Amino acid sequence: MISLAAKRRAVNAVASALMFAATCVGLFFLAWILWTTLRFGIAAMHWDLFLKDTPAPGDGGYGLRNAFVGSVILMCIALLIGVPVGLMAGTWLAEYGGRSRRARLVRFVNDIMLSAPSIEIGLFTYAVMVDPLGHFSAFSGGVALAILMVPIIVRTTDEMLRLVGAEMREAAIALGAPMWKVVTNITWKAARAGILTGILISLARISGETAPLLFTALNNQYYSTSLARPIANLPVVIFQFAMSPYDNWQQMAWAGAFIAITFILLLSVTSRLILQKSVKRP
Amino acid sequence: MESSEAAVGQKLTPAAEEPGTAGRGRPLSADSLFHGVCVSMAGLVGVALVAIVIAIAVDSLPAIRTFGVLGFLKSSEWDPVSEHFGAFPFIVGTLVSSAIAMVLAVPVSFGVAVFISELAPAWMRQPVSAAIEMLAAVPSIVYGLWGLLVFAPAFANLEPWINDHLGALPLVGALFQGPPMGIGMLTAGIVLAIMILPYITAIMRDVFVATPTRLKESAYAMGATTWEVARQILLPYTRTAVTGGIFLGLGRALGETMAVTFVIGNSNNLSASLLMPGASIPSVIANEFTEATSKLYVSSLIYLGLVLIAITLIVQVLAVLLLGSVRRGAVSSR
Amino acid sequence: MLKTTQMRLAALAVAATLGAGAQAAQTITGAGSTWVYPLVAKWSTVYAKNTGIQVNYQSIGSGGGIAQIKAGTVAFGASDKPLTPAELAQSNLIQFPTAIAGEDVVYNVPGIKPGELVLSGPVVADIFMGKVKSWNDPEIAHLNRGVKLPAMPITVVHRSDGSGTTFTFANYLSKVSPEWKTRIGADTSIAWPTGVGGKGNEGVASYVQRIKGAVGYVEYAYIIENHMAYARMLNSAGKVVSPSLAGFQAAAANVDFTKAEDFYVILTDQPGAASWPISGCTWQILRKSAPKATNASVTAFFRWGFEHGQDIARSIAFGPLPPSTIHAIEAYWKKNLGI
Repeated sequence: MISLAAKRRAVNAVASALMFAATCVGLFFLAWILWTTLRFGIAAMHWDLFLKDTPAPGDGGYGLRNAFVGSVILMCIALLIGVPVGLMAGTWLAEYGGRSRRARLVRFVNDIMLSAPSIEIGLFTYAVMVDPLGHFSAFSGGVALAILMVPIIVRTTDEMLRLVGAEMREAAIALGAPMWKVVTNITWKAARAGILTGILISLARISGETAPLLFTALNNQYYSTSLARPIANLPVVIFQFAMSPYDNWQQMAWAGAFIAITFILLLSVTSRLILQKSVKRP
Repeated sequence: MESSEAAVGQKLTPAAEEPGTAGRGRPLSADSLFHGVCVSMAGLVGVALVAIVIAIAVDSLPAIRTFGVLGFLKSSEWDPVSEHFGAFPFIVGTLVSSAIAMVLAVPVSFGVAVFISELAPAWMRQPVSAAIEMLAAVPSIVYGLWGLLVFAPAFANLEPWINDHLGALPLVGALFQGPPMGIGMLTAGIVLAIMILPYITAIMRDVFVATPTRLKESAYAMGATTWEVARQILLPYTRTAVTGGIFLGLGRALGETMAVTFVIGNSNNLSASLLMPGASIPSVIANEFTEATSKLYVSSLIYLGLVLIAITLIVQVLAVLLLGSVRRGAVSSR
Repeated sequence: MLKTTQMRLAALAVAATLGAGAQAAQTITGAGSTWVYPLVAKWSTVYAKNTGIQVNYQSIGSGGGIAQIKAGTVAFGASDKPLTPAELAQSNLIQFPTAIAGEDVVYNVPGIKPGELVLSGPVVADIFMGKVKSWNDPEIAHLNRGVKLPAMPITVVHRSDGSGTTFTFANYLSKVSPEWKTRIGADTSIAWPTGVGGKGNEGVASYVQRIKGAVGYVEYAYIIENHMAYARMLNSAGKVVSPSLAGFQAAAANVDFTKAEDFYVILTDQPGAASWPISGCTWQILRKSAPKATNASVTAFFRWGFEHGQDIARSIAFGPLPPSTIHAIEAYWKKNLGI
């Protein structure tokens, strides 16, 4: 007869093994996809990728400079708009809204926005920005990406802030701190890792989105940094090149994807390190 | 445990609850300004969705007028030439592919999250979580092409086995019969599962890590195993946040356009088998929107988007109801 | 928080305006057809080197191209499916062809080499309608005496996304098969009676190469670049022809564009012994009401392409327009735009 302790140990061993296996599955697929991008893109891995602009078909040669620069600009616009909006909205939900009817409504609405197909976000931005202005622009692309970002940031901020223990807030309020200080100095700080995860995940999400940019930022064959004009961007370039019949274009698409993924990884790792260093753990 | 679920500030600072009252009479304080900004941003999120829905609804009006609501939902015909449009096969495809993705991704995410927060040695945690998050940065076109060029051929080799073994099962057997093409609903579901894995994992991991140490430590001190801590401490404590993470993944799965298009097979004919091609709402929109020329055609595609939002809404309501009943059950059993 | 954001945005906007001013290069934006994208992109690169004018063309799809030129967000739109003269008049638009391309049926039948199989329009229609189900069907065997056809089931592969390639293909089949015309018809997407859908030429090519017994249709450039097994076709003159730039051009040369109002002619199933039957074309669409300078810069670009871009077109598998067509286009510009 098996003792209860032995049974519990056995269950735990099986569960732990399964969890380990789950992690391996996740890492396996990441490795597989990365390997694929590297295998198909290795031929295009060349410094020219960063120094030259996208070449015409059949020209040979490699270059994605305009797309890299454009994508970084678009992401910056999206971050500048999306993070404040998402953070503040999430903060209201967690700190003020709580379980009120209004807060639940906003949460509900936000969850629906999470699954709005990105092409419809693009169409919406087109209708409110591109059509009235009469031309495609980098700025409208950034706005479309920000609209995609916000629901993710709101959701994560809300969840993370609500997990901060009540004692911390109570202690601060008991000391006479005003609410805004409690939020910015105590709860935001306590939940900073989680909030950052939300921002990084949303950034990762928008870094690969083609559909919302096609009708807003369009794309540009040439180098441009103007916010008022169509701007080159990596997702659309990857899409166009990957679907083309030309070898060098296809290779660049894979190489571009590999670089984009690694860039997000580096961004994620460094921002976490900075966060850990700048605020010493209590 | 319940106190963790916020609304704390609300109780403690009643003045902040009514946005209008704080600023009136008194000079504008930093507190009311902060609150005002928060409220307006939350309001903006709400207004944005309403605006998006209105914009989509206005654009779908021609299709709504032509096909009605039930007629559009029930019809399986999708013929751009004769301009007869119906959403039924796409609704089924969206729900089935997302369901497969959730069934696969949620347990795996949970495993990864517990592994990172409880089991893994300290040096391993950061790299592993960063690596899993990288899956979110893979552009969806890359998921699509990888699925088409690499995963589907490999999966096609596995499908005869699935046919022989799972296909022979009673009841569910019909789900796993079909030609070994490597593409179809099941492939789409698997690719979607990989795509949403990082979203669910990231949230679960963060909230597990954020669970107060004393809760975990006291359980461990009582001799609880890792599994018991995960099941009986972490999950109940973080239930709402975990649900939030799952929603994040579900939202992504329901709305994903590009990756699904490459591997789902894009057939409007309904089939009982998961190995057969199907189509989903976002994949049809992504496929046909840019080349659609007639007004009714474009409008019908946008109408499909409206249907997708309605589906999301229904799924949400069901989930909230389900969650509510789970919570009530948990309370009464205490 | 909000204030600093607004300030940052304002700073960005200022930087943007300055940036725009600093960029002296004149730019023209166009959008639409995916098919013609490589050609316009390539012309644009060379044109920019010669003139300093940057033509930024983006492939957002023919539907997108038509919508954008109507909305006036681009200087020109491009579509693989021509607008009818009535539609053009209604929206105050004009259109003209750019270059000729072609597509062909590709297959994966063990033992049959590229170009070995001969097909006719009606047979292709029957295959894609699911009526001819096996590779050794008498309909196919009749056209291929001496070729050893296996008793292998046919898997139809078609485009899943809306496409000018599909429109041209279906348009051809509508012309040669009455049943196709009444049952299915032609558009950028159609209700396929059978088969699996692949995304883009890439998707179709990949499925065909992987599934034994598969048949699909892709653009000529894909056949060349991927060394796919292509079929020869029986054209309307009863001759067996291989896909080639000369064949695409022959199809266009046989069209009397001077008689076709607004160049509303689809180049499939054209007469002529050398004509390739599944030839297609992309139309550029301009707004009559656009500023004259804008239209002049667009037509200048295409005039340059017609005159100097012929070899460039050939190098990436596009057939240049025959001289007679170019003359007709120039007369059309003069008449409608006064340019």
